[in-house]
Amino acid sequence: MARVSIAVGLCKGCELCIPFCPHDSLTMSRHLNEHGLPTVYFKEDHPCSGCKYCAVMCPEAAIEIFK
Amino acid sequence: MKSSNNKKHLLTGNEAAAEAAILAGCRHYYGYPITPQNELINHMSIRMPQVGGTFLQAESEIAAIYMAYGGAAAGARVMTSSSGPGISLMQEGISYLAGSELPCVIVNVQRGGPGLGDISPSQADYFQAVKGGGHGDYHNIVLAPASAQEIADLVYDAFDLADRYRNPVMILGDAQLGQMMEPVEFRKTPRTHQTVKRWALTGAEGRARNIVKSFYPVKGELETFNIRLQRKYRAVEQEEVRYEEVNTQGAEIILVAYGTCARICKEAIRRASGTGLQIGLLRPITLWPFPKEPLRRLAKKARAFCVVEMSAGQMVEDVRLAVLDRCPVHFYGRMGGGVPSSREILKKVLNILAPEGTLELEIPEIPTELGKGLYFSTIP
Amino acid sequence: MQALYSAPETLIRTPSHYCPGCGHGIAHRLLAEIIDELGIRGKTIGLAPVGCSVLAYNYLDIDMCEAAHGRPPAIATGIKRVHPDNIVFTYQGDGDLAAIGMAEIVHAASRAENITVIFINNAIYGMTNGQLAPTTLLNQRTTTTPEGRDPLTHGYPIRICELLATLEGASFLARTSLSSPKDVSQTKEALKKGFKTQIEKKGFSLIEVLSPCPVYWRMSPVESLKFIEEKMTQTFPLGVFKDWEKTVSAPGGQATKV
Repeated sequence: MARVSIAVGLCKGCELCIPFCPHDSLTMSRHLNEHGLPTVYFKEDHPCSGCKYCAVMCPEAAIEIFK
Repeated sequence: MKSSNNKKHLLTGNEAAAEAAILAGCRHYYGYPITPQNELINHMSIRMPQVGGTFLQAESEIAAIYMAYGGAAAGARVMTSSSGPGISLMQEGISYLAGSELPCVIVNVQRGGPGLGDISPSQADYFQAVKGGGHGDYHNIVLAPASAQEIADLVYDAFDLADRYRNPVMILGDAQLGQMMEPVEFRKTPRTHQTVKRWALTGAEGRARNIVKSFYPVKGELETFNIRLQRKYRAVEQEEVRYEEVNTQGAEIILVAYGTCARICKEAIRRASGTGLQIGLLRPITLWPFPKEPLRRLAKKARAFCVVEMSAGQMVEDVRLAVLDRCPVHFYGRMGGGVPSSREILKKVLNILAPEGTLELEIPEIPTELGKGLYFSTIP
Repeated sequence: MQALYSAPETLIRTPSHYCPGCGHGIAHRLLAEIIDELGIRGKTIGLAPVGCSVLAYNYLDIDMCEAAHGRPPAIATGIKRVHPDNIVFTYQGDGDLAAIGMAEIVHAASRAENITVIFINNAIYGMTNGQLAPTTLLNQRTTTTPEGRDPLTHGYPIRICELLATLEGASFLARTSLSSPKDVSQTKEALKKGFKTQIEKKGFSLIEVLSPCPVYWRMSPVESLKFIEEKMTQTFPLGVFKDWEKTVSAPGGQATKV
């Protein structure tokens, strides 16, 4: 199973990654990052198939995928 | 023209500028046709392919100046040329060149304006050349040749100055200088010093990346940059002022003129010799930096200055700023393609010396021996 | 642990100045990925335009030059003529390329200038608060067309790929979008083809990328992707309009083998 790593300091919470996750594993956090922006986070215990769609859609290059 | 060094050629000023640029190591020329500079672009179109350089006729003067900008950013010696209306279009790019600190040589073969004007000689682009015709606080280094030979000599220097100060340099000629044919001898070894351009865009292989820009959006950065730019301009003013003085010792009236007008003033001085009139000439060779100090020095002794221009009076403002109220500054100008004659200039001098018309002078006719006394014998 | 996807080295990972959901970030990342994959970081020279992407040089770790509004193709020409073996690209928005810089782009294409142009079409002027662009859709509201773009007053949207496809000098012309992972991948392929065109000295290449501007389209980033798919592609059909490797026809485009 793959793992999504989100650089919270780069995320602006645009949500472009969320609808493309085939496992609905991404959602918005209630916490703001150091720039005061809402950010996305990977839901605990949700699967990741490593399709990279989230990373492909991210305008901030905030998402990296590891296996 | 194959081997252009070391012998005399009969060339138009425009061709002399083009050939000198090639000898100075310029291999990238971008231009757009406009009279009266067409001989320059035509010459480049023949010569650049012969020397393995780039000649490109751009879609507009705007594109031409930015192609030159690109070549300069890439580290090459570049030249473009035009005349008044085209230079007006280039002004945005010239401001960007100054703001990005890029070396570039621009030849302006002035014609009459405003608007489409005409294609006769004019000096009405002084303001847009010298004051920085584009936006922002900047200066071009402006060189004002007065013969085809001097055009060739100053083009060499223009490339060196542009590289040394990373600044646009404008050669300010006019239709007469550009199109008149004169003998030109190209310096055997052009005294050009190509500098290593570590800032140039060549690809960041093996080094930190280079960025060429004039954009400083972070508060305070732009002012800091401007302060540095102004420091550079002060250094140019210290180091690079050039002028020629003719007959200024003991002169009552000092004529101030550049380019074509300076030649006519020299003729006026010669025609007045032996009449008792003491007339001198200060000919700025650099219009920016402007020879303020020599004018101030002369202002202590002279009775008056008379600025002669083919304009409604543009350089005269700088002369007045230089001498302030130390000495009266008069002006004689012709506009819209009008070229002053030496007789007109002498009449103006008489009028300055005796406004009530009490002073009369038998002005000798122009000697028939053309080429002996009338034309330059003392080109630097 | 093995990286399935990591940010490209050529991309300088720093908080960008772009609005949330802006397509520029995706396009920048794709460019950086391609530069890495082709191994051309050390010989690539990029041009940033006037517009939102004026600061593109803050995000790409390559030699870069800022350009006056509309002039990147002319500056790129000057650079490329000095360094014909370097890779030179311009990155331009719709105002820069299709309004003020129309002459420069048309003539660069007509000269078959061996450069690659990345044309970000978001149908609006983002930098200056969302005014009418030459590519603004009919009836689209902008700050200078508050009642929507009326062709009788402001004319019709300009289709750059179709227009340039009439020129012999253009070797590769494609329009792609950033509206889905698949489209982003196709955009990357097209950009790569553009660079390949230049590397093989085949002449002028331009990739028009339909890109979201959620803030000045007055919609959420996710809605803006739908707007591209449902509205923008009606006016700006996706496809390859010119390909030096094969003859390709596309809606509105004129196919010519170069």
